[in-house]
Parts: sequence; C-alpha cells; structure tokens
Amino acid sequence: MTGAAKGRIGESVARIEDPPLVAGRGRFAGDIGFPHQLHMRIVRSPYAHGRIVKVDAGAARAMPGVFAAWTHEDIAEVPPIDFREGRIEKYEPYRQYALARDRVRYVGDPVAAVFADDAYAAEDAAEAVLVEIEELPALLDGAAAPGRFDDAGRSTEADVVRQGYGEVDDAFAGAAHVIERELVVGRHSGVPLETRGAIGRYDAARDVLELHGAAKVPHRNREALARMFDRPLSGVHLFESHVGGGFGVRGELYPEDVLVCAAALRFGRPVKWIEDRLEHLVATNHSREQRHRIRAAVDEDGRLLAIDDTFFHDQGAYIRTHAARVITMTCGILPGPYKVPHYRATGHFRLTNKTPAATYRSPGRFESTFVRERLMDAIADELGLDRLELRRRNAVGPEDMPYALPLVVLGDDVEYDNGDYVGLLDKALAKIGWEALGSDLARRRASGEAVGAGVSMFVEKSGLGPSDGARVSVDTTGAVELVTGGASLGQGFETAMAQICADALGVDYRRVRVVHGQTERIEFGIGAHASRATVMTGSAANEAALLVRAKALDVAAELLQAPIDSLDIRDGVVRRSDSAAGASVTLGEIAAALAPTKKTLGGRAPGLSAEGWFHSDHQTYPFGCHIAVVRIDRGTGAVAVERYLVAYDIGRAVNPMLVEGQIAGGFAQGLGGALFEEFVYDERGQPQSVTFADYLMPTAREVPGIELLLCEDAPSPRNPLGIKGAGEAGVTGVGAAIASAIDDALQIPGAVTRLPATPQRIKAILADRG
Amino acid sequence: MTAKRAITLSINGRKYDVAVEPRRTLADTIRDECGQTGTHLGCEHGVCGACTVLLDGEPVRACLMFAVQAEGREIRTVEGLAEGEALHPLQRAFIAHHALQCGFCTAGFLMLAAGVLERDPEIEDEALRDVLSSNLCRCTGYQNIVKAVRAAADEMKARR
Repeated sequence: MTGAAKGRIGESVARIEDPPLVAGRGRFAGDIGFPHQLHMRIVRSPYAHGRIVKVDAGAARAMPGVFAAWTHEDIAEVPPIDFREGRIEKYEPYRQYALARDRVRYVGDPVAAVFADDAYAAEDAAEAVLVEIEELPALLDGAAAPGRFDDAGRSTEADVVRQGYGEVDDAFAGAAHVIERELVVGRHSGVPLETRGAIGRYDAARDVLELHGAAKVPHRNREALARMFDRPLSGVHLFESHVGGGFGVRGELYPEDVLVCAAALRFGRPVKWIEDRLEHLVATNHSREQRHRIRAAVDEDGRLLAIDDTFFHDQGAYIRTHAARVITMTCGILPGPYKVPHYRATGHFRLTNKTPAATYRSPGRFESTFVRERLMDAIADELGLDRLELRRRNAVGPEDMPYALPLVVLGDDVEYDNGDYVGLLDKALAKIGWEALGSDLARRRASGEAVGAGVSMFVEKSGLGPSDGARVSVDTTGAVELVTGGASLGQGFETAMAQICADALGVDYRRVRVVHGQTERIEFGIGAHASRATVMTGSAANEAALLVRAKALDVAAELLQAPIDSLDIRDGVVRRSDSAAGASVTLGEIAAALAPTKKTLGGRAPGLSAEGWFHSDHQTYPFGCHIAVVRIDRGTGAVAVERYLVAYDIGRAVNPMLVEGQIAGGFAQGLGGALFEEFVYDERGQPQSVTFADYLMPTAREVPGIELLLCEDAPSPRNPLGIKGAGEAGVTGVGAAIASAIDDALQIPGAVTRLPATPQRIKAILADRG
Repeated sequence: MTAKRAITLSINGRKYDVAVEPRRTLADTIRDECGQTGTHLGCEHGVCGACTVLLDGEPVRACLMFAVQAEGREIRTVEGLAEGEALHPLQRAFIAHHALQCGFCTAGFLMLAAGVLERDPEIEDEALRDVLSSNLCRCTGYQNIVKAVRAAADEMKARR
C-alpha cells in the first residue's frame, strides 16, 4: 500500500519510547511535582483483623511541618471505592473505604493519613499517630469454613460463582475412569519496579480536579472519581506519564488515589503520595491464590467426558475494583484447548484477612492452566498414556472452529476464533527436538541426574471489545498526532500504535506522536489491560489513519489534477504511484490546504484529521504451548531451568521484537510464580514477605533465555489487521510446564500439587517418597 | 527532624550546593535537591538496584547512603552518560537490543554496567551475568539486558 518509510506493520523497528528513558529524562510518578505540594503518608493497620478502638492523630498534627492528619471521621462522606464496571449490589458491603471504618481487615489497611511539607516529616508524624485496635481472630485460609465479615453477620463467602453446561453428574456416573486432584496456586503478584504514586491537584481557577500518576484505565478511573466526589466528568482529569510497569495491579483505583484527590480538594494544595516498597508488598493488589478440587471423567481411551472443578478463591480483605473478574475468568477459560463435553465450575469467592487480591498478568489463566494441565498429566499417568498423546486426543481441532462454549469471560461469550492447537504443538516439539531431548534426558537420569521435560497447552484471550476510538491528525509540517484513549505501562504501546498508523497512512512511524492516558485529549478510552490495546486501539488507529489517508488523497487529486486511484502516499508525500518523479504534494501541504480559511477546503471539514472507531463482538483467542526442561538439585531442592520454549500463534505481529520482549518478560514473571514468589503469612496474619529479601523475584541468574516460536498461521478474522494480543502469552503456561517437568525429573507422577515449587517443597516431596 | 547541613555534591562534574538533614539519603538528595530524577528508587533497601550511581567510579546503591557521606566524592548518574546528544554505547545498545520496556530499572542497569565495564573491560560472560544479577528488572526477562551490555562492551573494546 505504501512506500519505503520505516516502521510498517511486521517490522522490528526500535521503540519510539526509548531515547528519553535511557537518558534519565523519563517522567515517572515520583518525578512529578507542583509548587506548594504536600506529601502524604499512610498509617496502616499492624493487625490482620481487629476492631478500631481509637485513632488519635493529635500528636501528629502538632508536629513541625505537618499540615493535617485524617482518620475515617475526617472523610466520612467519601464513599467506599466502587467496582470498575459500576454497581454490583451483592458485593457492595465488601468494598474498601479509603480509610478504615470500625474494623481493620489486613495488615496494611489504611487507618490514617498524614499530610506534611516534606516526605520525611510526614513519615515522622505518621509514627506519632496512636492506633488502638482490639485484635480479632484472623481468617487466613480461603478454603476453611467461612466466618463473619462484619457485625451485620455477612459471610466471608461473598459469592459462589458458577459456570458450566451439560449433564456433569450423568457423565461421571457412566465414566470408565474418574481422576481427582487437589491443586494449589500460591499468592503472588505483579510487583512492578516502580511502586505506585499519585499526585492530586485541584485547579480552582478552572474548577478541575486532576490526578497525576494515573495508569492502565484513566478514563474508567475518571468516571469513578467523578461519581465519588459528585463532580461532572469535565471537572475531573487524569494524566498518565511514564509508568514503571503495571501487570494488572497498577492503575486500579486504590485508597491512596482517593485520598490525594480528597485532600487536594479540601486543602487547595497539591498532594503527592509515593508508595514505599514495604507498603507496596502489603497494600497493592495480590493475586492468584486458589485451591482447586478438580476431577475428570474419562472413557477407556482417555477422552474427556466431563470436568467438575470446585475451587476456593482467596480474595483477601476486601473486594476491590475488579469485583469477581478473576474468579469468573477462571471458570470461563479452564477448559482451554480441550473438548470438554460436560463441564461444571464452582468458585467460592472468599474474603480473608490478607491483602486484597485482583488481576495479575494472565489472571485466571495462569491458575486454570496449571490446574487443567496437571489434571491432563494425571489422567495420562493413571491410564498409562503418553502425556502428549492424551492432549492430542482431546484437543479442539481446526475443523471445530469457530468453537463456541456456553461460558463467559469478561462478560463476553466464549467463542475461539481459529487455530490448529495440535499443529502448533507439533511445530514446538519439532523445534525443541522432542525425541532427541527425551532420550538425552533419559540417559542423564540413568546416570543419576534429576532432569526432565514438561509441556503445557493453553488458549489465551485478548482484544476485549466492544468499541474503541482514536483520532489522527496531520499538521502543516507533516507531523502526525495519534490521540488514543489507550495507556502505556512500558509495553511499547506508542511504537505499536505508531506503526499501525504509519502503515495505513503512508508515513515513517517516527513521524507519529502517540498520545495516551490523557483524559483531557479524548472523551473515551479503554486503557491498557486484558491484552486489549493492540487489538482494539490498534484497529481504531488503523481506521482513523485510513480515513485521513482517503481525505489526503481526495485533496491531492484536486491539487495534482490526477485521478485518486493513480495516487499513493509514500513517506508522507503524495504522488502518482506509477512514477517516482513528477508532481507531488506533501501531507503537510495538504493539511495547509485544508485550513478553515483556505479556498482549497471546498466543502470538506477543516483539517487533515479524522476519528476512527472499531467495534468487536467477540474477543480473539490466541493460543500457545510451553515446553520446559529442568534440572533439580536433590540436595537443596533447587530447580534450575535449562531450556524453555514458548510457541505462540499471535495472528499477526505488529513488531516481532516487541512481541518477543513481551513473551520473554512474561516468562520471567511466570517463572517467579512457579518457583520463587509467594506472599507468606504467619498464624496471626502478619505478612512475612515485606522486602525483596523475602519476596524473591527472579534475577538474571535464574531466568534463562527462551526459545520462541512465533507463528502467524491464524490471523484473527475478528479485526481487519488479523492481530491478537501478546501481553500474557509468556506467563500463562509456565506454572503448568514447570510442574510437569519437575514430575519428569523426579520420576514421580503428580509430584507437584502446589506452586511455587520452592526448594523446601521439592525437599518435602523427596522426603515423602523416600 | 534534625538540623540541616550545608554540603556540596559533585554530580556529573557540576557542583550542587544543598542543605540537607544528615539522615537524607543520597538518592533523595540527587532527585529532590539536585533535580536529577533519572536515578530511580525501587525498593529503598538496597536490593533492586534501580538507584545505582557511580561514586568515584564504583557502582553504589544511592538509597543506602546518606547525602552527607557523598561530599567530596565524584557522583555520576545516568544524566551524565551521554556526551551532549551523543548517546553512550550502553544507551545505544539498550535501544538496539530492546533491553528496556518500562524503563524504570534502566538507569540502574546502565550505571551498574558502566561501572563494571570501566573497571573490567574484558569481563567474561559468566561474570557479567553474575554482576547483572545484582539488579532487578520486572519487564524484560534480562536476556536483552545481558545482550546489550555485551554488545556495548565489545564496541567499547573495539574503539580503544
């Protein structure tokens, strides 16, 4: 369609984002400041559960540099933080107030806020706030009997979420084999390198409340803040700057975001809050903790007849912005790449006295893939079948596509769009040399080493609709601006969007400035979550750029006196496509010709610009498989990953280098959850993982390079570019593949029933089996 | 709160006269008093390495030092890596090898690598990986960081 400009779709060009970031010129939340700002420090509950007897901030208020100190009574009119999707009546009693009222429910629950001229002074004063709490018994196990959440006697079981179809009980009654397992995924989370930060500012001159340091879903948070503070949308704006990683946890609306806004409104001074790491590990959303009791009914040949899964989702102390998203997703995506004729999932949504939980990269899929793939391994092991052969027998085939299931994921009916799941598995096995690898591992095991390989398969979901819009405009210098309601968390959003826009329009991608996360600039926006951005915002950008292209060609045809279909745009210049020389006009000149004052405008709308919209009925379903090769030190129980292959069909890669980066980074996080990272609590609910010395994120020592097989065999039929999301492919299958490989290395089928598989747990497995 | 002390810090060859409490960390002082916000704070307990700067050529955690301890020493931060608009080989290699995503840990890795390569230009792959394992990155999975530092090391060696 276009000429030799750089950065077309499919090219691994360098990122637009990088130059300021490598030069120390980024602008992260901590780098934002306003004159006369106050610094906020939160006083947090030291108890996991208790009744608030007294919070006395008097001494703190009297300290030098302190401007104010708040307890719940000071902001009693501020409602608890709502769900992103709006009202869900049955969960409302479980919402969190910005400052705890009557009870504290986890160590870290905010009970007071101190505001001072300096961050050090605020921290000093916070220590002077007297908090008297009558400790209550802490409920720390989501699978134990529910207790009372509040004095009204509400249960700590907020809900039982059910999904399924078919006649599950009949299928089990007639099955040749029933295989049952209890499987646990540990509590861990995104833990971005930049802690959270929020700067509230009230601009009295314009009557606008501003929240800086926004991320992920600025438009949705703007709506929520407008509701909470009873302000019109036009009187609330969010501003995203650089964001030091999100992974699902950052950018949700938290108590601290509400507090800096409330304080900015009340005090008329900007209020800045930067989370410290200890706070982050107890205050920012945790994730993943689930205990599954799952059973499968299979026939003599190992074909699945039914799956019945009962699981306990440890939500922590409150239901935050995501409401039941993770538990619902777990139910909806658990069948994955296999045909399950009858299915029942029963998720117990349980509150406990730990940090509230919500989404973390690949929510519900990391967990359900671990559980489902462990179950598949167990079936194969019990029936004496090869683990891969069992998967082949049960996989959804290309002839079954589109494959609809009466299940719901993110409010969307599940319908896999396309793909050859077994075909991708075969390619992956060929790439890693599965046969040779198997004999090599067997030889090494015979000589005493504990080495093994494991495979996991999964279906991802991406590109949640229903709609997103974008605006493209070209100025008189030929510079392009793409305004989106998307968000950048460091994933390369600007570059990907610039490439899509540049490709459609016919310019170099470096000419495109991408705006994101600025509610002042665009009315609607979906932000960046659920691997939606490239599919939805990218498709909208493509649409807008094509409209601008059409408008440019229309004007150029008039200026150059040439038929439209003889013209092409190359590197920002319009000329006849059959000649490299000859008359031409630049996009900048066309923009000038479209000025409101120009006769050349004709009957057209002024400006070389357009707004494009993309609508989608269904998500797209990329898919993949992971292969892990591990070596275990029987002495220490430590697991080392020798090789790791990720095979993934992305439909179409906008920038393969960025896709590979997403997958490699996702793998490292998955590895953390599989082997190292866990939020541990003692019996009174005191968190034990409150520094990076206790919460072990993988380093360059633990993370091997991955082998990547990136396929574009199944472009999505659900958007014009054929793209599917990439953000979560590296994470989803890691726990499952590593667990399977550990079984193989130890030659103990079903050895791993719980993640993370820490050295202590591996040692316990070895001790158990003598 | 304690009385402030007047000190002079030398950052990237420029003198900064500041008054700080003795308890104020070097990282906070570099960022807040001297306005050099390229140095980031990721944990404030010396593990993540995002705040790594060079002190007389040695990589140190700026969150674990007080500003008053850095008086009279030569501090180098990420802002001092480039010469004018010409990026340092490490900076160029980080871009070329996609060694950053969110960019928050990047300054720490760049300064760690710069310090190590100046001290040991011939560093072997294993030792290099060992050194780089002293900082945390949550986005990249590290391979591209290792590749970028290796590429920059080779380029810097060829230039000498």
